[in-house]
Amino acid sequence: MSYRGCSMSLLRAGAMSTQPTLLRHASRLGSLALLASLSACSPVVLNPAGDIAKQEASLVVTATLLMLIIIVPVMALTVYFAWKYREKAGARYEPEWHHSTQLELVIWAAPLMIIIALGSLTWVTTHTLDPFRPVSRIAEGKPLAADAKPLEVQVVALDWKWLFIYPEQKIATVNELALPVDRPVHFSISASSVMNSFYVPALAGQIYAMPAMTSELNAVLNKTGTFDGFSANYSGSGFSHMRFKTHGMTDADFDQWVANIAKGGDKDSAGALDTVAYLQLEQPSEKEPVRHFTAVDDGLFDKIVNLCVRPGKMCLKDMMALDARGGTGKAGIFNVAALTYDKNGRETTIPVIPGRGGQQADARTKAFVRAICVPDGVKTPVPADAAKLSLASPARPPLS
Amino acid sequence: MIPTHSHWTPLLGRLGPDAIPTEPIVLATFAAVTLGGIALVGALTYFRLWSYLWKEWFTSVDHKKIGIMYMVLGLIMFLRGFADAIMIRSQQALGFGGSDGYLNSHHFDQVFTAHGVIMIFFVAMPFVTGLMNYVVPLQIGARDVSFPFLNNFSFWMTAGGAVLVMLSLFVGEFARTGWLAYPPLSELAYSPDVGVDYYVWSLQVAGVGTTLSGVNLIATIIKLRAPGMTMMRMPVFTWTALVTNILIVAVFPVLTVVLALLGLDRVFHTNFFTNDFGGSPMLYVNLIWIWGHPEVYILVLPVFGVYSEIVSTFCSKRLFGYTSMVYATCVIGILSYSVWLHHFFTMGSGASVNSFFGITTMVISIPTGAKLFNWLFTMFRGRIRFELPMMWTVAFMLTFTIGGMTGVMMAVPAADFVLHNSVFLIAHFHNVIIGGVVWGVFAAINYWWPKAFGFKLNEFWGKVSFWCWVPGFWIAFTPLYMLGFMGVTRRMRVFDASFDAMRIYYWVALFGALLIAAGIGAMLIQFAVSIWKREEYKDESGDIWGGRTLEWATSSPPPEYNFAFTPKIHDIDAWADMKAKGVARPVDGFQDIYMPQGTWAGIVLAGLSTVCGFALIWQVWWLAVVMLVGIVGTAIFHTFNYNRTFYIKADHVAEVEAARTAQLAALEKGAA
Repeated sequence: MSYRGCSMSLLRAGAMSTQPTLLRHASRLGSLALLASLSACSPVVLNPAGDIAKQEASLVVTATLLMLIIIVPVMALTVYFAWKYREKAGARYEPEWHHSTQLELVIWAAPLMIIIALGSLTWVTTHTLDPFRPVSRIAEGKPLAADAKPLEVQVVALDWKWLFIYPEQKIATVNELALPVDRPVHFSISASSVMNSFYVPALAGQIYAMPAMTSELNAVLNKTGTFDGFSANYSGSGFSHMRFKTHGMTDADFDQWVANIAKGGDKDSAGALDTVAYLQLEQPSEKEPVRHFTAVDDGLFDKIVNLCVRPGKMCLKDMMALDARGGTGKAGIFNVAALTYDKNGRETTIPVIPGRGGQQADARTKAFVRAICVPDGVKTPVPADAAKLSLASPARPPLS
Repeated sequence: MIPTHSHWTPLLGRLGPDAIPTEPIVLATFAAVTLGGIALVGALTYFRLWSYLWKEWFTSVDHKKIGIMYMVLGLIMFLRGFADAIMIRSQQALGFGGSDGYLNSHHFDQVFTAHGVIMIFFVAMPFVTGLMNYVVPLQIGARDVSFPFLNNFSFWMTAGGAVLVMLSLFVGEFARTGWLAYPPLSELAYSPDVGVDYYVWSLQVAGVGTTLSGVNLIATIIKLRAPGMTMMRMPVFTWTALVTNILIVAVFPVLTVVLALLGLDRVFHTNFFTNDFGGSPMLYVNLIWIWGHPEVYILVLPVFGVYSEIVSTFCSKRLFGYTSMVYATCVIGILSYSVWLHHFFTMGSGASVNSFFGITTMVISIPTGAKLFNWLFTMFRGRIRFELPMMWTVAFMLTFTIGGMTGVMMAVPAADFVLHNSVFLIAHFHNVIIGGVVWGVFAAINYWWPKAFGFKLNEFWGKVSFWCWVPGFWIAFTPLYMLGFMGVTRRMRVFDASFDAMRIYYWVALFGALLIAAGIGAMLIQFAVSIWKREEYKDESGDIWGGRTLEWATSSPPPEYNFAFTPKIHDIDAWADMKAKGVARPVDGFQDIYMPQGTWAGIVLAGLSTVCGFALIWQVWWLAVVMLVGIVGTAIFHTFNYNRTFYIKADHVAEVEAARTAQLAALEKGAA
């Protein structure tokens, strides 16, 4: 565990090539001081194993140092004035002194200067460390090979476990991530139900995992070893256990790991990840053990993002394409079941749709879409099973 | 264990026997609260206090009494919110090494949600609103606020929201979503029980009160200042109150709307924030923070005003840089609207958007820094008396600076990626809210208590409280800063084996929290001892600290009408100016004083609203409709009440003022 290694080889956190040398040195000293104050254990956020996280750690230290330029004098002066001008001391007393233009200038200008420096640093680093931006180097002093192609990993936050799909290797895992060291990785991140945040502190900063959306993260791991990953955004009762191990491996070990999983021989093997297996996996569960899937259906991640893994569901992109053409008109009121995704039953309760004399109804059977916009000439056939899909009385007129 | 609400009946809606929680901790609390409640009601009845409370307090429109009621509400809710805090700390200290701790997730997740909601909406807000209510009219030489009935109504709406939150402890459950209830988690599909409904409707009821009180105080400050008090002669606390209330009026409607949309999603199955049908959870996150960030300044600006008053009073010196203080306040107010996205840099808005909001956030630290320097240079060449309010102020200056720094660290988006949602963030905002707002409120209580009640607070127990609170805070939150660097995220209930080395940090944090508990205990003792020995601590001068603003010009406690004559203002620190010029206190020529009359309408309307909220939570539609009709009907009926004002007769004023004259003369004689 990276935070257990109580080493003092922490100076590396301070290195960042985009900064002026002076700042870099200061930042090294600063990281030492910060870490010294953090007891004997080295915290993973300030001493990570990935180049992106390292640059982010260095930014934390630099920003802190910049601010200390103003914070330290203020705190020192507070203590000094509080002591010097205490009533008993009988120091110089000027009850009417309340204005000084020069002093006011300093008061406003000094923080302004710091903020200009910090603001510039912010503008540059926010762009260079944008998670959506491909990495530009392997590590400090290690440029990217011209033909380097990032490893693709698709990440799905499920209730309450993580699914990792390796589309090129055609395997998938639950609660275990393996990455070859010194090779850029491109993560596509989504979620099945609610918002989570994908965070491996040793690798790179976090980014939200959101249903029906894809966020991206580009990073590179520079050390072999085992690191912690988890959800950093509360997502319900199983949240505390939504953790996984990230293994940094040599290329050879990684290939071996992939081959083993594809073969299906190991104890964690769970067969192939097809639609049925995914829908089972997607059900809320806690403390899931590691699982390895020997194969993955093509396009599964795309279906997850489009909320249409379950057969019979219309994919978001198709819905949007239809809407762009003017919608399905009145026919659309009958096919809402195909569009409804949010599940009930995660909490083992079935809410009641009020106003139906206590009749229990699954919210999945949403009655109808309340607004219909039908441009002339757009005709879409009513799905054959429309009546089956919707429990609502078709006789009830829609509000148009 | 998990209550289900699978039944809906026309008569009781979703209410059923399963609404009563079965968790032993909750049941024990329920029993204790019930017994305590019965004892309280019994005592009030036995001592025949109901009529006194109703006439003198509940229906009063006196801004001073309403201010005090806000503070009492804040204090009660503070104890509840702190009980939640202790539960969180002890669960996190126990939930290690395979242990499940003592709270299951159903309970723990409610506890941290309730802790956040209560501390912000029902502790910090009533505290600052109470202070503004009490102090602002006195500081500007007014006899009450602009709309006294509205003021009473606002208070009871806030109290009604608090009642709903407390009720969720015993009937049903509270939200398990975190204090801002992000969808889709807070949507019906993922939170089908009544928890989020309690959240939505308690905040809606309280929100009405907050918004109206904002309107009221803006009108008061703009319209009711004493002659001669130009804007640039207003006390700094009044200035911060003005900016705060403008912020309230501008952003609370956003909260109302976003909660209404969430409520529509939950009750009428609309799709504003669902995953389905083009709903956008990200829209909710944006809207709630467009309210949420200014809210931070709504809390902290008034206490900045408090600190300004205290620093200049206890340094016996004019505030350094009054003008720049005023501008800094306004600039903070304006900028607070342009930073909300820094709460979710990790949502992936893109580098340029993130940079913009990161930089605007940093820019706010400039006026904030200027304020700190102004306090600092007020101390410079002052004569500092370290009474309790000043002690809290110095503790604030040292603590808040660190909180500001850790805040700016997270304003750098790429740095925020590694610190966001970690316990570092928790440490940061507790650092600014405890070290800024809470201590500011304590400073204010110690500072204005003698004004409100005519006797000083006990110093010994005040110091015990101080010395438990300040180190307690640092012991409780420094470990969290450290844990943040170790990649520990917030809202964890149990910790697996990989955390074993960190257990000690959670124990230290728990110890800090217990020290804070001791500080709270000492404060309660301080109140009790002071009330017990009130004769001993009596202040008859009305100006116990050598104050500089108008509230110190009148007696302690002030008469119902505050000032027999509206004072004329010639300088910034009006009372210091009057003292320096030796302005004589008028002793004759009193006239009838026109005052607002107390009314039952505020508490009745708020009571109906609270029941209406309860009916909406449980979907008891008939009751909700009856209450809505009742609210409108009562409001209309109240408009026919023409008996809203009365005169305090000149004779009576003369009597009160003569007594005051005699009191001051006796004091002078005693001094001589």
